[in-house]
Amino acid sequence: MIQSSLTELAAALQGRQLSSVELTTAFLDRIDALNPRLNAFITVDREGALAAARAADARIAGGDAGPLTGIPVAHKDVFCTQGVRTSCGSKMLDNFVSPYDAHVVSQLKAAGAVMLGKTNMDEFAMGSSNENTYYGPTRNAWDPARIAGGSSGGSAVAVAARMAPMATGTDTGGSVRQPAAMNGITGIKPTYGVVSRYGMIAYASSLDQGGAFGRSAQDCALLLTAMAGFDPRDSTSVERPREDYSRDLDKPLAGLRVGLPVEFFAEGMSDDVRRAIDAAIAQYRELGATVVEVSLPNARLAIPAYYVIAPAEASSNLSRFDGVRYGHRAADYGSLEEMYEKSRAEGFGAEVKRRILVGTYVLSHGYYDAYYLKAQKLRRLIAEDFRAAFAQCDVIAGPTSPTVAWPIGEKSDDPVQMYLQDIYTIAVNLAGLPGLSLPCGTGADGLPVGLQLIGNYFDEARLLQAAHGFQQATDWHQRAPELG
Amino acid sequence: MSLSLDEVRHIARLARIELADGEAQSTLDKLNDIFGLIEQMQAVDTDGVEPMSHPQDVAQRLRDDVATETDQREAFQAVAPQTEAGLYLVPQVIE
Repeated sequence: MIQSSLTELAAALQGRQLSSVELTTAFLDRIDALNPRLNAFITVDREGALAAARAADARIAGGDAGPLTGIPVAHKDVFCTQGVRTSCGSKMLDNFVSPYDAHVVSQLKAAGAVMLGKTNMDEFAMGSSNENTYYGPTRNAWDPARIAGGSSGGSAVAVAARMAPMATGTDTGGSVRQPAAMNGITGIKPTYGVVSRYGMIAYASSLDQGGAFGRSAQDCALLLTAMAGFDPRDSTSVERPREDYSRDLDKPLAGLRVGLPVEFFAEGMSDDVRRAIDAAIAQYRELGATVVEVSLPNARLAIPAYYVIAPAEASSNLSRFDGVRYGHRAADYGSLEEMYEKSRAEGFGAEVKRRILVGTYVLSHGYYDAYYLKAQKLRRLIAEDFRAAFAQCDVIAGPTSPTVAWPIGEKSDDPVQMYLQDIYTIAVNLAGLPGLSLPCGTGADGLPVGLQLIGNYFDEARLLQAAHGFQQATDWHQRAPELG
Repeated sequence: MSLSLDEVRHIARLARIELADGEAQSTLDKLNDIFGLIEQMQAVDTDGVEPMSHPQDVAQRLRDDVATETDQREAFQAVAPQTEAGLYLVPQVIE
């Protein structure tokens, strides 16, 4: 049953071939068996999960079930969960038990989904490998000696290793798409504003967006439909009617215009990733899609612009962690100032400190125009490039990551090398567009390669349709790592 | 551009993060690498380009100026490092 799709699980639950308690127990047991090896979960809430499963079974028996009722979910530890530790992968919040639920969490609770626990992540969602976590690195589901991808790597590994049938994540510069690619699963980051950021611990507010992980586009569509929707508590939440993101899944791909950005294919991609991406594009042609060349001339500026904007916003957002109202407080201090400085020095890891320092500098007196304002102007140029490209195509396709998952430790001491790994994903966040990664082949050592599809604003249904069409014709999404 | 050790210490003070001496040098090296990457932006002419602060270019929504939250002081203070009589305790700041 742990290999079944969400649709199959829902049918089994509603047909009473399976109870949610049985299903939840199976996944909890799988977590117990695999987590010591993969470190995908920071917190497992067995008791809470079984109570929620019993409630879901009662709801199903009462004829009040939706498509996710009784189905287990794993939440990235960035989402606040009432009564359950929410650490954000940081020592700073190691002791934090949230007094409230994030909007995403309450939406899924209302849908009857059963929370298994909280997944490992790069501290405050800052990272591309899941090595920047207070709880030790998450390990790739296909090769535990390799990185899981970041920052939502715990969620991606949980789904890939069948420790959870679906999981939530967040994507500030590629943090849903990149770990999805590296673990051979499907992950979608919707348009900025589609998923409420209420209760999602903020990293870079103008870029952060909640997203969904599943084994297929169809599973992602179901999860995203339950997660998304207007929330008045988030002032950046967009006021649009609720959508059923599964609605177009079965539409044929004939006539779909797929844009290939020349800049993505010019250099930087490893040969094995290129082979898998080329084969995927050929598959789209076979399915009746038209392939057109597009250009994103400013995409190369996305990384420098991001590493100004995101740290600037992070330096502001993380100023709330001062040891006064929640989180870590140093044991020894004299003055108030010293309490702040020591608590933050002890509570934050090296990468978080670096980004706060970069952000503090670029926002400091005399440097704002040269850095922050300049980066915001580049952001406009990048968004305009996408606008021009979408005049010629329906979706943009390319690699999610330039390489497959690398060995743990290989890049961890070189932040710039690490930052460059997000070259294909970051521009999407700066423009606020939806993006999706789906498994499309394997590279070195049989490791998964992800194809990235980028959509126009609010075109998530089409992205999922494009991914589903591919998955109807291929079996990459059905392959699972051998974990016993 | 290249930061100096004194500048790194100054930024750390502004950010309220204590930086040990040994840590300052390795932080300086990594920050200079990062600023080397960021400097690529300066080669692009952005005169006349409107800065983009929100992906949809929409104004922040305003809500009516009415209190909607209920009193949850006890729940919020339950996770605080130190409280007393409903107040957060910090070191004395006024002599």
